[in-house]
Amino acid sequence: MLSDKDRIYTNLYGQNDWRLAGARARGDWDDTKAITDKGRDWIVNEMKASALRGRGGAGFPTGVKWSFMPKGDGPVPRYLVINGDESEPGTCKDREILRHEPHKLIESALIASFAMGAHASYIYVRGEFYNEARHLQIAIDEAYEAGLLGKNAAGTGWDFDFYLHRGAGAYICGEETALLESLEGKKGQPRMKPPFPAGAGLYGCPTTVNNVESIASASTILRRGASWFSGLGRPNNAGTKLMAISGHVNTPCVFEEELGVPMKEIIEKHGGGVRGGWDNLLAVIPGGCSVPLLPKDICETVLMDYDSLRAERSGLGTGCMIVMDKSTDIIKAIARFSQFFKHESCGQCTPCREGTGWMMRVMNRMVEGRAEIEEIDMLEQVTRQVEGHTICALGDAAAWPIQGLIRHFRPVMEERIRDYKRQHGGPQQVQLPAGTPVAAIAAE
Amino acid sequence: MSSVTNAQPDHFEFDEISEGEIITILAKYPPERKASGALPLLYVVQNQMKRQTGSAWVPTVAMDAVARRLEVAPIRIYEVATFYFMFNTKPIGKYHLQVCTTTSCWLRGSDDVLSACKKATGIHSIGETSEDGLFTLSEVECLGACSNAPILQVDNDFFEDLDGPRTEVLIEALKRGDYPEPGPTINREACAPEGGRRVLLEETGSGQG
Repeated sequence: MLSDKDRIYTNLYGQNDWRLAGARARGDWDDTKAITDKGRDWIVNEMKASALRGRGGAGFPTGVKWSFMPKGDGPVPRYLVINGDESEPGTCKDREILRHEPHKLIESALIASFAMGAHASYIYVRGEFYNEARHLQIAIDEAYEAGLLGKNAAGTGWDFDFYLHRGAGAYICGEETALLESLEGKKGQPRMKPPFPAGAGLYGCPTTVNNVESIASASTILRRGASWFSGLGRPNNAGTKLMAISGHVNTPCVFEEELGVPMKEIIEKHGGGVRGGWDNLLAVIPGGCSVPLLPKDICETVLMDYDSLRAERSGLGTGCMIVMDKSTDIIKAIARFSQFFKHESCGQCTPCREGTGWMMRVMNRMVEGRAEIEEIDMLEQVTRQVEGHTICALGDAAAWPIQGLIRHFRPVMEERIRDYKRQHGGPQQVQLPAGTPVAAIAAE
Repeated sequence: MSSVTNAQPDHFEFDEISEGEIITILAKYPPERKASGALPLLYVVQNQMKRQTGSAWVPTVAMDAVARRLEVAPIRIYEVATFYFMFNTKPIGKYHLQVCTTTSCWLRGSDDVLSACKKATGIHSIGETSEDGLFTLSEVECLGACSNAPILQVDNDFFEDLDGPRTEVLIEALKRGDYPEPGPTINREACAPEGGRRVLLEETGSGQG
């Protein structure tokens, strides 16, 4: 378990002043020049050595991503784009950085941009985070006022502008190329890759897109050293991570924790335990709705980190857990995600546009049990046909929760179908709307 | 995606406040990339409509005005305005009640919040506006504040940790013309556990790390 001295986000709960004076008292903006004076290569290498993996969900090493930007200074501008479109169901961590630690983010953005040769950075904040964006804008204005942004930002000799751009309620804009499209003033529809953003990103210029938390962690990592960060957690799963717990625990909350801590310990310590006790646990979705759920027996022992969760055919994702106790209708919980993905599909690729609606309709029947047992296999096959056949990962994300449900809770689905049949009669009624009276059928 | 109604005004002009905002917005993007201002300018329109008519929405003539200002074809703005859910393409009530019903909120009782909204406003189904014109009820997808579920977003503010009775109290307050403090509706500090922080127990933030 992480001790307070090793926390990056010391104002996570907004218990102290989030503005410039408070941030300075916590050590932000403390001789930023000393870091940039060590040079671009040192910064990128130090980030690589820290083994920080992207905190947005995919877990790609941040330092390596930074090194993909073209070397030297070219004639074309470069951009750092920060992804603050936090919309993954269950996920509520970047919100706390935006509203309670905005200066950590701005200072880190300056350092990261310097390291990648970018003179401008845009942060894309989801539209619903109106008050969070307001805090961030106040922090940006304070930073300009104090000479920490603009010409010779923070005395580093580097000219740097930081701009806030608000989204308007589209989950898909959390996908990096859709985000860039949206930032250019278009519909948020993902681009084909390649070219990757490091080659042609925002306005066709070299661009790096990083999650809010990945960027905001940089200043502390560079101050305290790569070895401090990589010494926390487990090999290949280094450092600390903002996590959250929602759902059926006694005290849902957001917190910073070391990677590689047992999930059970985290739920007990931070979440105050499962409602009704540990034995009342049904399942946990470990990192936002896109990753498959884990039943209780796996939750007993699994560690919260990228590789441990991957080994259980799930994933760390955003590190924000959704806990469900035994009172949960697990089929309905997952069907709600299917509705979510149907709602959020951008409509560009056919397998996703049509598949998410189809999966939602079948899942809604599964909730009632108004289906045939064989349809569970058909549903599973359709998820396989959507997965991997779309431009972006939304298709995959829509498929995985259903696959997880079938993998771990198939007997529950079958039982639901048998129950429905017991109450409503034979298989010929499968396609009829729920609640159709038997007499009405006989009359047809 | 929202659909455009025909109850459209035939004229729209940016007012002085909006013009000021537009200058700030367009300064953020390279001059030849001012199309980037599409989303921000649609917000400007929606806020101006709220100021002028009490209803935050984006009429088609205003989309045309945005297109002219950004020097893009009107269709580029129409498609943006209808792609993003936060732009209302038809008039809404004075308060926009947006209930999150995605799984994290559902597990913590968003069904009760939704029923309380219907009961307190007299709205029968999602998408409707109450008879007094005060409230429009929407169901929204995950609002990203799941540790404080269930959430009701009123206009731009999150009211958190709700249940049915507290939702009714909130709506009754709005009806009276009061506007309660947004944030958790239980005794809780932001996203810290109810009952007090378990970490970061030192009161004064000290040093980096």
